[in-house]
Amino acid sequence: MKRFDYSRPASVAEALAAWQPGSAWLGGGTNLVDLMKTGAVMPDRLIDLAGIPGLEDIEVSDDGSARIGALVRNSDLAHDPAFAAAFPMVAEAILAGASGQLRNAATVGGNLMQRTRCAYFTDPSSACNKRVPGSGCAAVGGVNGTHAVLGWSDSCIATNPSDFAVPLAALGAVVSVEGSDGRREIPFSEFHRLPGKTPEIDTALDPGELIVGLRLPAGAAAFRGHSRYLKLRDRTSYAFALVSAAAALRMEGDTIAEARLALGAVAAKPWRAAEAEALLAGQSPSPELFTRAAEAATGGATPSGDNDHKIELARRIAARALTLAAAGTPARMPALPASVHGDNAHA
Amino acid sequence: MPDTVQFPMRFGSSSGQPVTRRDGIAKVTGTATFAADNAPANLLHAVYVSAAIARGTVTSMDVEAAKAHPGVVEVYTPDNVPPLPGDASSKPFMFAFRFEPLQDNSVRYANQPIALVLAETLEAATEGARLLAPKYAAETPRIGLDGNAPFEIEGGGFGLPGTTVHGDVEAGHAAAEASVDLTYETPEQYHNAMEMHAVVAEWDGDHVVLDVPSQALVMSCAAYGYYLGIPAENVTIRCPYLGGGFGSKAALNGPTVLAIHAARLIGRPVKLMLKRDQMFGPVFHRGATRQRVRIGVDGDARMTVLDHESLAVTSSFDDFIESAANASQGIYSAGALRSAHKGVRADVGTPGPMRAPGEASGSAALESAMDEMAEKAGIDPLEFRLRNYAETEPGSGKPYSSKALRECYAQGAERFGWSRRPLAPRQMTDENGMLVGWGMGTALFAAPMFAAKARAVIRPDGTGLVETAAADMGQGAWTVLAQIAADSLGLPLDMVEFRSGASTLPDAGVAGGSGHTATAGGALHAAGQDVVARLAEMATADPDSPLHGAGNATIVARDGRFWVEGDDSRSDGFADILARNGGAEIEGTGGANRPQEAGAAHAMYAHGAVFAEVKVDPDLFQTRVTRLVGAFAAGRIINPKLAESQLMGGMIWGLSFALHEEAKYDMRTGRVVNGDLAGYHVPVNADVKGLEVITVHEDDPYVNPLGIKGVGEIGITGTVGAIANAIWHATGTRIRRFPVRIEDLLAGSR
Repeated sequence: MKRFDYSRPASVAEALAAWQPGSAWLGGGTNLVDLMKTGAVMPDRLIDLAGIPGLEDIEVSDDGSARIGALVRNSDLAHDPAFAAAFPMVAEAILAGASGQLRNAATVGGNLMQRTRCAYFTDPSSACNKRVPGSGCAAVGGVNGTHAVLGWSDSCIATNPSDFAVPLAALGAVVSVEGSDGRREIPFSEFHRLPGKTPEIDTALDPGELIVGLRLPAGAAAFRGHSRYLKLRDRTSYAFALVSAAAALRMEGDTIAEARLALGAVAAKPWRAAEAEALLAGQSPSPELFTRAAEAATGGATPSGDNDHKIELARRIAARALTLAAAGTPARMPALPASVHGDNAHA
Repeated sequence: MPDTVQFPMRFGSSSGQPVTRRDGIAKVTGTATFAADNAPANLLHAVYVSAAIARGTVTSMDVEAAKAHPGVVEVYTPDNVPPLPGDASSKPFMFAFRFEPLQDNSVRYANQPIALVLAETLEAATEGARLLAPKYAAETPRIGLDGNAPFEIEGGGFGLPGTTVHGDVEAGHAAAEASVDLTYETPEQYHNAMEMHAVVAEWDGDHVVLDVPSQALVMSCAAYGYYLGIPAENVTIRCPYLGGGFGSKAALNGPTVLAIHAARLIGRPVKLMLKRDQMFGPVFHRGATRQRVRIGVDGDARMTVLDHESLAVTSSFDDFIESAANASQGIYSAGALRSAHKGVRADVGTPGPMRAPGEASGSAALESAMDEMAEKAGIDPLEFRLRNYAETEPGSGKPYSSKALRECYAQGAERFGWSRRPLAPRQMTDENGMLVGWGMGTALFAAPMFAAKARAVIRPDGTGLVETAAADMGQGAWTVLAQIAADSLGLPLDMVEFRSGASTLPDAGVAGGSGHTATAGGALHAAGQDVVARLAEMATADPDSPLHGAGNATIVARDGRFWVEGDDSRSDGFADILARNGGAEIEGTGGANRPQEAGAAHAMYAHGAVFAEVKVDPDLFQTRVTRLVGAFAAGRIINPKLAESQLMGGMIWGLSFALHEEAKYDMRTGRVVNGDLAGYHVPVNADVKGLEVITVHEDDPYVNPLGIKGVGEIGITGTVGAIANAIWHATGTRIRRFPVRIEDLLAGSR
């Protein structure tokens, strides 16, 4: 791979000071290092965040909110008892992702920053507007059975591969970032970007800004009793989602007081389905309701290639996730691995 | 050795015992050295540039930029690399495949080596290769089964299956009261052994020592010697372990030869290890097939015809046709049988043998078609197979050397609970509402044997030493062959030193065709018998021996001593005999091969029956195999633990074939887009549940002196079809393209 400089700052301030154009933040490295090996990404300098103290805490508060440091390992978050109890579908989503070894290395901040797994992005000899702006999109007209069906543009049809980000979108998480101008918070819905004409820009982070943490807002834990993350894939582990869904309901008696629904692997960002949520609020759970909500969630979906099956599957997994959420979060959580095969699939 | 001296092979002391893998601890603790673990002094690292186009020419490379990179020592391109002494475009021996030693600027498949960089570090070589930044003149590639016109095959040679006909096929079709005419497709698959192809080459004058994974150590010396222009005896291969072979390491490949060539040119040792994505091109794969299977039956569901045609992809410049249609030979009784093959040339690397070559793809189609025929005939799929049970080999009429397939069917069905299977599909669900289906398939694999030699020594201290250049690619040769050798010497396993994995030892033949245990084991057995007979003669001729004058035929070797059978008062220890007779070690040799007349007299196969249960989500079509039961009859089982592991591995491969494995090609560029282990799916542990293997007892007096058939490949056959059939039984949807995907089942349901 290309030669690069490496530094290991001892604080966020040192890290921010070390940044210059061409730098890349190094978290667990599970995605970045792979991309450096293929030459898809060639930073001049890696700023390794592993030595920075204070970014590894998980705090769950009584008001149903949570704060998560950016360097918390994916595994540690999923297995934190207080966190998993308050946000079971987040734990379920983390554990549905990657493999045990990767989750042990990958960080919370890094998970949000992972790049698309579109094969044409990873391969430097293919045209890719995300990797080389203006070079074209080889995925259009190529092997694209797993590509986007929502929010794509002619310049890019890639999807965001994260499982973790899907329930975060549903729960309205907030990303805390720090840059040379100080700290700011970015609502999750604005954090990941749709491609438009600038697919090279994945997120709302400004150059040199660093994710320092995540926040789940007050009340987010109120969905704990009725929330699920489901992932459809052709093997049980170490596979990206064909489609996925995070569904959470706040029940008042037999009525859905508030609903949250997000789809994964359908767009360049986790796809929060606000229209579906509105449709669900105030209603009693029923198969018909969930079918209608799922249709609303995929409204406007169009195939970007040989992938029209994803639209129907997204619809179906949204309805299934809502059905399972309505039935209640299983007593034993996290239910591992997240699977459409029901609660005992991990037996 | 006098003809009268024969010792009965004693089984039960070592052979037949479930001995734990003897190299297991070395492997899990990282002390077992694989080829690329070697690092001789003054080593250079090689990285080659892979072509990013599938057809065309390389027009330029920035050699100056690569050479200027710190640490880069040399860059070889067609402009400066001297030709190999041996012609890489020739086919001088049976397992020769054409390859590209940077002979010109042409590109004939994606990932073809087009330049080689040598550097002081792997990192420098990697960056040097990137800096070459080749430019191309690309032509439209021809990819897949429809990318080119099919061609007829003049059958006969290795990798060139032709047409085999038994009986009157047209009459068989005409006589059918019911029939099916079905077409199945299998994709391009790539071996992806855990250990990528690698070599460390160290020259000394015109001798070279190679640390290289090889499934055929001695045979490969001659092959390397041919290309390098040196005698076979100047090539030494060291290969104590392979991290998987699966056929891809049975033949030489271009990148490895190129790295050895480069080591000689530069005058320093060179190490090359392919990157994972480089496994998708120059190092063989299983070619895609399209198979048409026509079956006709009479009113009793007895087959009047089994007519199997296959079209398979090969490269534009060499021939290896997946012999899929031959899977219909030797398995079922039918009025007429036809297996026919055609090829189609594509701009891909040449296919080659990949675990159960031909049989795996062919069985997938055949066993699916058998299920569809049974459905049409309205009878149970197992009953359909029993009704067409071959009592003698179809076509040839030869008796089987042994065939416990009926017992495999019975024991497998019993364990699985097959009798409770409803005939119609979509009849079963589980407590979560998942559709449950059951399917089965017949497993069949030929039981070949090759030529091998071995040497056996009894040392002055009474311990044994045996030697043969076997290959352990994970299947357990280190363990199983030592067990056979120990029994042949009449010694406990821990008193026998087994030397293997180096080409300087006697030739053990190829570890392929599921024949290695029979072949190398047979040679070890013969060598052990030879030395024991010599030692026994020494004892009985020795006036000071308690055995003096006892006829050899009444003597048995056990635990390092000879005993007069039935008289425990008379025995003599191996060490004592040697001590009284000059104190030197005593040596024997032996060989193994199958006499031609043995093969002419009997048909020799391992058999099995595989039963599968799948659960399929009725809306989302996520499919999981929840149970697999395989019952196999494969002659004498030397080590039940390792044999069952091998059979399980084969069945898991079958699961992989049925549900996962597929190289996805971009038809515009001819490149594989999922060329890594994240994208090229094989099952993970969590996908393998309820896996059960039954080994059915089988005595075979004809297959070889030890009665051994192979277990390395048969597990794949039968399993693929069993799973596809179970999916149909669960869903009512028949998918005739492998792997069976979620989107196919969704489309089939609508």
